[in-house]
Amino acid sequence: MIDIASQLAHIVGERFVSNNPEEAFFYARDPGLMPAHKPDYVVVPKTASEIQEILRLASRERIPVVPMGAGMSLTGLVIPLRGGIVIDMKRMNRILEVNEKARYVIVEGGTSHGALKAYLDKHCPRLRHSIPDSPATATVAANVMIHGQGRLTQQYGFNSDMVSGLEVVLPSGEICTIGSCALSPYWFSKGAPLPDLTGLFLGWFGATGIITKVALKLYPRKKMRDVEIFVTDRDDLVPDMVYELTHTEMVEDINIFAQPMPMIFKDNHHITLFITGDTDEELEFKRKMVWNCLDGFIKSKDGGFMSVPPVMKPTLLDMPQRSVSRFADVKKGGGFEYSGPIIPVETYPACTRKVMELGSKYDLAYSAMARVIGRNHAMMFGFAFTFNRADPQMMERTRKALEEGGEFALAAGGVFWKPTIDEQRLALEKMDATTRDLMKMIKENLDPLGIMNPGNWEVV
Amino acid sequence: MKYEDIVHRCFRCGYCKFTGDYIDFNCPSYRKFFFESYSPGGRMWLIRAWLNDEIKNSDRFQEILFSCATCANCMEHCVFTFSDDLVNVFLAAREEMVNQGIIPPAVRDYLKNINISGNPYKEPADERGKWAEGTSVETYDGQDYLLYIGCVGSYDERAKKIARAVGDLLAHAGISFGILGDRETCDGNEVRALGEMGLFQFLAEQNISLFKDLGIQRIITMDPHAFNAFKKDYPGLGGTFEAYHYTQILAPVVASSKIPLKDYRAKVTFHDPCYLGRHNGEYEAPRKILHAIPGLEVIEMDQSKENAFCCGGGGGNFFTDILGGGDESPNRIRVRQAHSTGANIVAVACPQCAKMLDDAIKLEELDDKLEVLDVAEIVMRALDQPT
Repeated sequence: MIDIASQLAHIVGERFVSNNPEEAFFYARDPGLMPAHKPDYVVVPKTASEIQEILRLASRERIPVVPMGAGMSLTGLVIPLRGGIVIDMKRMNRILEVNEKARYVIVEGGTSHGALKAYLDKHCPRLRHSIPDSPATATVAANVMIHGQGRLTQQYGFNSDMVSGLEVVLPSGEICTIGSCALSPYWFSKGAPLPDLTGLFLGWFGATGIITKVALKLYPRKKMRDVEIFVTDRDDLVPDMVYELTHTEMVEDINIFAQPMPMIFKDNHHITLFITGDTDEELEFKRKMVWNCLDGFIKSKDGGFMSVPPVMKPTLLDMPQRSVSRFADVKKGGGFEYSGPIIPVETYPACTRKVMELGSKYDLAYSAMARVIGRNHAMMFGFAFTFNRADPQMMERTRKALEEGGEFALAAGGVFWKPTIDEQRLALEKMDATTRDLMKMIKENLDPLGIMNPGNWEVV
Repeated sequence: MKYEDIVHRCFRCGYCKFTGDYIDFNCPSYRKFFFESYSPGGRMWLIRAWLNDEIKNSDRFQEILFSCATCANCMEHCVFTFSDDLVNVFLAAREEMVNQGIIPPAVRDYLKNINISGNPYKEPADERGKWAEGTSVETYDGQDYLLYIGCVGSYDERAKKIARAVGDLLAHAGISFGILGDRETCDGNEVRALGEMGLFQFLAEQNISLFKDLGIQRIITMDPHAFNAFKKDYPGLGGTFEAYHYTQILAPVVASSKIPLKDYRAKVTFHDPCYLGRHNGEYEAPRKILHAIPGLEVIEMDQSKENAFCCGGGGGNFFTDILGGGDESPNRIRVRQAHSTGANIVAVACPQCAKMLDDAIKLEELDDKLEVLDVAEIVMRALDQPT
């Protein structure tokens, strides 16, 4: 009988393979609420060729493989539902190339958003990427794999829309490049003018292949950045307010939050606007445009700009916003999860009311948080709850609240974002049957042995 | 277990692994092993699993716990309100393991040696003060300060040179001080870091009693680890002394030009010792000394001050070597970081760091490009330069 651990050690080196109970325990779960399931092996490869070898071994031996970035989806996407090999990608963390003039960067598949930000801060001060508010350890590849969002999402769409090329190891162990890089040394386009094959991998959670390189578009970085908060107690007017704001095309990012604590926030909706500029004049011009566009709401006494205290500004301007993680310990319990469907902006009022209802029904601390995607094209809406890991009953109530929130958003016309295994099942059930068959065809052709992150996007 | 009430509160977001600006992973054990289990968050989750009997105390678990260098990077960068207690949690878990008697052999041997010999080298006490032979350093007899050298400076050949430099320099600066010589014994900082709280308390009380008997009120330490113990842990056991690291005493002296420093042309980068920097907030004193030396160019590493990367010697690892070995061992990474600045000297202010980085320079084959010198040794060179 073949000794899998020895084979893996032969590929990545003994130090970087574990079948110990300690790693099995840790990699069996993520910070969210999905049930744990232990892997048989955890490996930490350094190169794409090592990943090729691992996948060839896994194919030969029919062993499930789960690629993992930082494991920060919170929805169990890297929990090895059927055991097998978890591939922790974080040793593959080199920033390979920045094409400053064409404004893109090529990074290895385990590179974190934090490391990319630090690199650009130091070496390319006129460039930036769309950094998400997930912890800095979240990887670029995993973020685009789940169609994540970031600071530039209001301007340029999902972070996956900003991909300009991929290198992927297929389940067979073959390696291929996707986009202009398939036939050019330049990684400027993920598809056009060719067929866009990134759709075979993005959004699939590793069920069709493992991303070993990502090219990501970079954008101009302005010298100055500021934040304003428009507050309203009229949830029904939030979509109109956001519509006016996006019309100005002056705003970097638009986030909205509504939460009961601290007391001054209760019953209000806080539209947080980030503006940037290279000069004071540019910043003031944008600020003026933003203020003017909401003037009607101010005159009708439906809202107004709050004065952002100096102590609050660094927290809001922080990238990534570390305060998002702090929400996990509001109840001194280290737990935080949100169901984050992508919804039409017009459903914001109904979704916000639902969060409040769920918070009350399940006796949970909550926050409604949203980020505008594109020029009002959609919105990521977070039904966010904090829980105490030492309180199983509270954890169960949180699970129920999340489930109800997600289902509510789906019924309201939204689509699950980074769905749990149960939400994926619901989505597949609701999906156009022909679309579902197409997904099945893609999965079966790319992963005929069903070894890639099994359980995810599995059409039965 | 102490601090048991906070182990479930880690979200495992991973900020603890990074520098504040995210330029690199900055947890030495995570950087070496690269499994999440070796990160601060991994330890929190595994300690909880261990307390809940979901995993056992295994060789691997011991390696995970005892490879923590207690460098406090996690405390510096964790975003939660319990961040100050992160290292305390890890030490509490070690204490539980020590109490159960299930610890790595290297840890057991270290503790045994301290218990029997009063030092980790199994050397006799009367060898302790020999580093001072041939210097003008005197035995303590009511001077203003006690100069406490510690185990490494007393017995390790490389560190003894640093001890002589520190002693000579303080004497040259006109500081009134004396040493304990063969009456000095281990300060216990690493004993505490390795979880043997009973032995630590015994050592601390023994030292406190001696210091009080001799009327000592102010202590200068050569080793930041001892400085940490005297400043933070001894007061809780009744030992309230004014504790200083020697750079804190020398910085104002050098700044006031009381010591005439000559031109010394070199490029130097300063490696912050964790127990001086992150644990005790002293980043400027050693830098002030270096900046006062004419001709010396001081270059900062990307990972410095609050973001300094540990040499891997803290938390007892200097003695147990659980974190050492391989080209990704922290001391070798740190030496590569220092070399990348273009400096030809890595300045340190800790004998453990000096030894760790010295070893790494040999392994990296950088002997002809980079040398490790304590701040005191650099100042002595500046004093000795021809005019």
